[in-house]
Amino acid sequence: MSTGTTEVMTGNEAAAAAVKLARVQVVAAYPITPQSPVVEQLSAWVESGELPAEFVTVESEHSALTVCITASTVGARVFTATSANGLAYMTEQVWWAAGARLPIVMCIANRAMAAPWNVLNDQQDSMSVRDAGWVQLYCRDNQEILDTTLQAYRIAERLNVPVMVCYDGFLLSHTVMPVSVPSVGDADAFLPKRPEPLQIVDVNDPRNIGPVVIADPRADASGQSCHGYMEIRALHQQALLAALEVVPEVDAEYAAVVGRGWGGLTWEYLLEDAELVLVAAGSLGTQATVAVETLRAQGVQAGVLGIRCYRPFPAAALRERLVGRKGVLVFDKALSYGYEGPICADLRAALSGEPDAPTVWGAVCGLGGRDVSPDHLVDAARRALADGHAGTRHRPTDWINLRLDG
Amino acid sequence: MPTKILDLPVTERVLSGNRACAGCGIGIGLRAITKALDGRMVMTVPASCLTVLGGMYPISSVDVPWVNVAFPSTAAAASGLAAGLRAMGKADEMTVLAMAGDGGTGDIGIQALSGAAERNDDFIYLCYDNEAYMNTGTQRSGLTPAGARTTTTWSGKRENPKDMPRIMEAHGIPYVASTSAVYPTDVYDKVAKARTIHGLRYVHMNVPCPSGWGFDPKDTVRLGKMAVDAGLVVLYEVEDGVFRLTGRSAALAKSGKRTPVADYIATQGRFRGMPDGSVDEVQAWVDARWDGYVRRDTAGR
Ligand SMILES: Cc1ncc(C[n+]2csc(CCOP(=O)(O)OP(=O)(O)O)c2C)c(N)n1
Ligand code: SF4
Ligand SMILES: [Mg+2]
Repeated sequence: MSTGTTEVMTGNEAAAAAVKLARVQVVAAYPITPQSPVVEQLSAWVESGELPAEFVTVESEHSALTVCITASTVGARVFTATSANGLAYMTEQVWWAAGARLPIVMCIANRAMAAPWNVLNDQQDSMSVRDAGWVQLYCRDNQEILDTTLQAYRIAERLNVPVMVCYDGFLLSHTVMPVSVPSVGDADAFLPKRPEPLQIVDVNDPRNIGPVVIADPRADASGQSCHGYMEIRALHQQALLAALEVVPEVDAEYAAVVGRGWGGLTWEYLLEDAELVLVAAGSLGTQATVAVETLRAQGVQAGVLGIRCYRPFPAAALRERLVGRKGVLVFDKALSYGYEGPICADLRAALSGEPDAPTVWGAVCGLGGRDVSPDHLVDAARRALADGHAGTRHRPTDWINLRLDG
Repeated sequence: MPTKILDLPVTERVLSGNRACAGCGIGIGLRAITKALDGRMVMTVPASCLTVLGGMYPISSVDVPWVNVAFPSTAAAASGLAAGLRAMGKADEMTVLAMAGDGGTGDIGIQALSGAAERNDDFIYLCYDNEAYMNTGTQRSGLTPAGARTTTTWSGKRENPKDMPRIMEAHGIPYVASTSAVYPTDVYDKVAKARTIHGLRYVHMNVPCPSGWGFDPKDTVRLGKMAVDAGLVVLYEVEDGVFRLTGRSAALAKSGKRTPVADYIATQGRFRGMPDGSVDEVQAWVDARWDGYVRRDTAGR
C-alpha cells in the first residue's frame, strides 16, 4: 500500500479517476444528464495525453456501447457511461455485450425514465435492464464509486461478463466529497492487464464470432458436438452466479492492496441485534443508517442491510442475514409497474419458504428526484411496524412522501 | 489498368458451399472483396442475408475473421474495431471492413454510418444492395426501386430509391464507389484501391437476388449486367471529390448505347404488372441521373 492523494470530487469525477487508473484503452460515450461530466473529463484527459486512450465521439448511445463491444472483442479495455434514456436507447447492445461475454464496464448515473421528462434521480433506468446478464453494483458515496469502478474491471475480466456501476444521479454524480485516490502503483498492483478475450480476432486463425446459434448442440466439420443456444446461456448464467464469490473476493483483494473494502455483496449497519431491517441500494442506504439511529432512540431495534450487488442477486447472503428477524422494509427507487419494487419482489422470493422468514414490506420512494429524508424513512418504518402489530401480512406498496392531493 | 479476371488472386476466402440461395449475388462479390483485401481483414456484419451466408455455429463458410453485430450498428462496430485495433497496436495487421445490406445501411444503420463518416473513421464500409430486406422476407427498404413489389408494397413501391453513394459523398469522405457484384474485377479494383486509402471509404455494390426479385438463379450475372446496361446501376468512383465512370458504365458513356429500362424490368417477377406510365417515369428518372453522371465524368477528365 502506497499513499495516494485525497481530493474533493464529485461522483462523476470519482468514476473518471477510476477509469484513468484502470488504464482504459477505448472510451466511447454520448452525453446525457447527469452522466455527461464523466466523459467530458475523460475526453479532456485523452486530449491532453494524460490518458493514452482512443476516445470515439459517437453519435448515439447505441453506437457508444457498440464501439465498446467491438473494441472489447479485439482485446481492448473499454469504458462507457450513460443514464436513463441513454441506457434505454442502447438496450439492444446491453444484451449483446452480455451475450457476447465481453468484460465491459459501464457507469450509470441513475436517473428517472421519461415520460414525462425528468433529469433527477431514481433507479428505474438500471433496474429496467437487470435481466440482461450484467453484474450490477450500486454505490453509496463517491469513494465507493471510485473503488467499485476499479473493482468492476477485475470482476468483469475474471468472469468475462460486463459490469454496471450504478450511482445516484446528482445526489452523488454532482455532489462533492473527499475521495482518496489510490496511487498508480496500487491500482496497477490490484488490476493486472486484461487477459486474452474468449474469442480472438486473428487473420492467421480466423473465427466467426457471434454467428447464428441454433437451439440444440450441433456438430462441427470434424463431427465434434458444439453448444447450442441454451448451453451458451447456461454458461453465461454460471459465470454470473460465480460473481457471488468473485465480487467479495475482488473486494477483499482491493482492501488488501488499497486498504478499503465495501462489504462485497451487501453491507450492514447496526444489524446484529436488529428486529426491523431497512433494505436499500445506493445512497438511500446511507440515509437509512440515519433513520435507524432515530428509530433506536425511539426504542425500535432497527438496522440496515444495504444491497451492493443487485445482479447476481445475493439471495443466500440475504437469507443468512434476514431469516429470524421480525420485519424487513425494502425501499425501492424504482417500480416494476403493475407489481412492486424490484428489490422487494426479489427479496420476498429469496425468503419464501423459510420457516422463520420475516414479514417483508415494500416502499417506493424518491421517484424523479422526489425528496426522501431520514424522517420519511422513519415514518415508513413506523407504518410498517403498526401494520405488523395489526397482523397485516400483505399490503400495497407504501409510496413515500406522495402528495396526490397537492 | 483495370484487373483482368484471369489476374485475380487464386486463393479463395469464401469456401465452397454456404447457406445463401442458389444464384445469390453476394458470394460473387464477397469473393472479389476478400481477394482484394488478401484476407488481411476483419469484417463486421449485421443481421442480413450475409449473416446467413456466413454460416451457423459451429460451421463457417468464410475464411477471414468475422464479427457479427446487431442490425443498426455496423458502422459503429467498425469504428470500435478500428479504435480497438489501434489501441492494441494491431491496426496495421488488418483492414476493417463493415459489410451490410441496403436496409442495414440506408435505413436502420444510416445514423451510425453518418456519424462514422463525419468522424472519417478508418474503415471500408461496403453496402451490398439487393434492393430490399431479403433476410426477413423481401420487405421494401429505402433503396428498393420504384415499381418493385415487396411484401410491404404489394402493388409496387411508389418512391425512387435513396442515393446512398451521394449521401456518403456529401460527408466529404476520401473515397466513394459504386459497383456491381456481377463485375468482380470492378469490385476487386475498387476495394483494392480503397484498401490503400485511410479514413472512411464507402463502396456500394449492387447484388442481384433471384429469390427476392423473382428470376431464375442461372440469370444472376446476366440480369446484373442488364441493370448496368440500362443505367439503373452505374459503375463509378469518386476519389477526393473527383468523379470517374469505370468499366462497363464508362464504355456505355462513350458508345451512348444504354438499353431501355423496360427490357430490364420485363425480366423480373417483382416488376410484373408495373403500369407502362410508371416504367416511363423510371426511365425519365434514370435518364436524368445518367446525364448527371456523364457530365461529372466529363468534368473530371
Ligand atoms: C433492431 C432490429 N430490427 C429488425 C431486425 C430484423 N431484421 C433482420 S435482417 C433485416 C433486414 C435486412 O435487410 P438488408 O439490410 O437489406 O439485408 P438483406 O437481408 O437484404 O441482405 C431485418 C429487418 C433486427 N434483426 N434487428
Ligand atoms: S434472398 Fe437474395 S440476397 Fe438473400 S441469400 Fe437469397 S438470393 Fe441472396
Ligand atoms: Mg437488402
